[in-house]
Amino acid sequence: MDLNTLTAHELRDMLKAREVSSREVTLAVLDRISAVEDRVRAYVTVTGDQALEAAQAADERMARGEEAGPLAGIPVAIKDNMCTKGVLTTCSSRILYNFVPPYDATAVELLAKVGAVMVGKTNLDEFAMGSSTENSAFFTTHNPWDLTRVPGGSSGGSAAAVAADEAVFALGSDTGGSIRQPASFCGVVGLKPTYGRVSRYGLVAFASSLDQIGPLTKDVMDTALVLQAIAGKDPLDSTSIDMPVPDYVAGLKSDVRGLKIGVPKELYAQGVQPEIASAVLKGIEFLKSLGADYKEISMPILEYALPTYYLLAPSEASSNLARYDGVRYGLRSRHSPDVITMLMRTRDEGFGAEVKQRIMIGTYALSAGYYDAYYLKAQKARTLVRQAYDDAFKEFDVLISPTSPTVAFGIGERVDDPLQMKLADVCTIPINLAGIPAISLTCGFHEGLPIGMQIMGKPFDEETILRAAYTFEQNTDYHKRKPML
Amino acid sequence: MKLSKEEVEHVALLARLELSDEEKERLTGHLNQIMVHFEKLQQLDTEQVEPTSHSIPVENVYREDVVGPCLPAEDAVSNAPEARDDYFVVPRVVEM
Repeated sequence: MDLNTLTAHELRDMLKAREVSSREVTLAVLDRISAVEDRVRAYVTVTGDQALEAAQAADERMARGEEAGPLAGIPVAIKDNMCTKGVLTTCSSRILYNFVPPYDATAVELLAKVGAVMVGKTNLDEFAMGSSTENSAFFTTHNPWDLTRVPGGSSGGSAAAVAADEAVFALGSDTGGSIRQPASFCGVVGLKPTYGRVSRYGLVAFASSLDQIGPLTKDVMDTALVLQAIAGKDPLDSTSIDMPVPDYVAGLKSDVRGLKIGVPKELYAQGVQPEIASAVLKGIEFLKSLGADYKEISMPILEYALPTYYLLAPSEASSNLARYDGVRYGLRSRHSPDVITMLMRTRDEGFGAEVKQRIMIGTYALSAGYYDAYYLKAQKARTLVRQAYDDAFKEFDVLISPTSPTVAFGIGERVDDPLQMKLADVCTIPINLAGIPAISLTCGFHEGLPIGMQIMGKPFDEETILRAAYTFEQNTDYHKRKPML
Repeated sequence: MKLSKEEVEHVALLARLELSDEEKERLTGHLNQIMVHFEKLQQLDTEQVEPTSHSIPVENVYREDVVGPCLPAEDAVSNAPEARDDYFVVPRVVEM
């Protein structure tokens, strides 16, 4: 049995029983990385030596009989937009090609505290802007199910690493679907928690009112374990919410009797492949057979979510990315005779095409004379999106839709069609605008590629979407399928 | 409404982005293509709607004004392209 193919909770049980050591598990993962990484290209940086040190420390603590949490000794991959002390953190951008953070992101620190073993930093679309990893300044990650296809994005490296068993689990970040869409494309579980549930401290900011860190895992039980470890108030992130963190694992029951499911028809339109829609609807029927109930609803405001997002996210990005000035970290242009030229050339040389485009849209939308027509209008539209979800959740416990309108598309297929690329996020974007939690898990396959089902919940009610996902998973075996590599 | 190349140049200056002529051309095209889709928002009646800046209501967070742990200066400048004596070095900004 290959240890790297197991889930975190399976490994936890074996570690607890002293059947394996963290060193053995970590070596299995590092061996797998050596074996397949030239084809998958999930990692920007592999931290093998540090991982073995951390594994040894975990083994020693367990040998001494110290209390070990469920993730102690388990190898994890971290998206390369989360700060890791002493380890290169690039955001897959030339402008941060040499950035070594002097501190850890809170989520990273919390995982280290419970003894998880970081094996490396994963590839992403530059600054998390994209849906395929093709916007990485370094290379494109390949989908383990079909190496000619994209893994999704922006957390494509994290999703591919988990799918290819190059990590037991991973952290990603989600601004408009960047955890859920790659989870869907790579056939793993991905959760975007409620905005404020997990600290964003040390997550390199893209759009601060939308960004959220979350887990990518091999099954729902692992999602619950990881969320448990990273959720909670952090004094270093004033937007993290001071609310009790429930016991997510204890809440995992295979039971959806009486669960009220809403099916928003707008999320089955806009370019959704018929095979995807029918697989998700079949999944909902299956939940009904297990005792849930569902009803179709209409949320017409969702048609406005895409333009709203593509105004708000670039506006926040144009402000957040103003910090890359060639002064404090990262790239500085060699041609810097004066400060303004230094700024303009550093940013020209350091940012890729997609990032520049979004900075331009955002700067324009925020500039004098256009603020009311664009930015303010979009913020008002956002209010209406949130209200539509609040209304829906008066009647329903969860909403279910496809995660992505298509299965994984081919590398290079959409790079010249920015609008088609953005449509990849049409089902996931509204959730970030509303700030609610949503999970993606596999509910079928089309042409050998995984199809993701998205389950959305009330703010801070991760328990219910986890329970619905767990029930689906325990009664199906899609999550047990592995790509042939 | 259509953006001209001059407007794109102005926005690029605001964003502190030096763009090549080729990039200016391409961005002018792209921005105009994307702006068309933003027009859809104008159909929405938002007369009575308050804007949302954060999905979760957050209030100002206060804490005691006491010194906590902070990054040593030498760590803070450790990533600087150029630093001297715990200061960031930039091209001269004042005339001598």
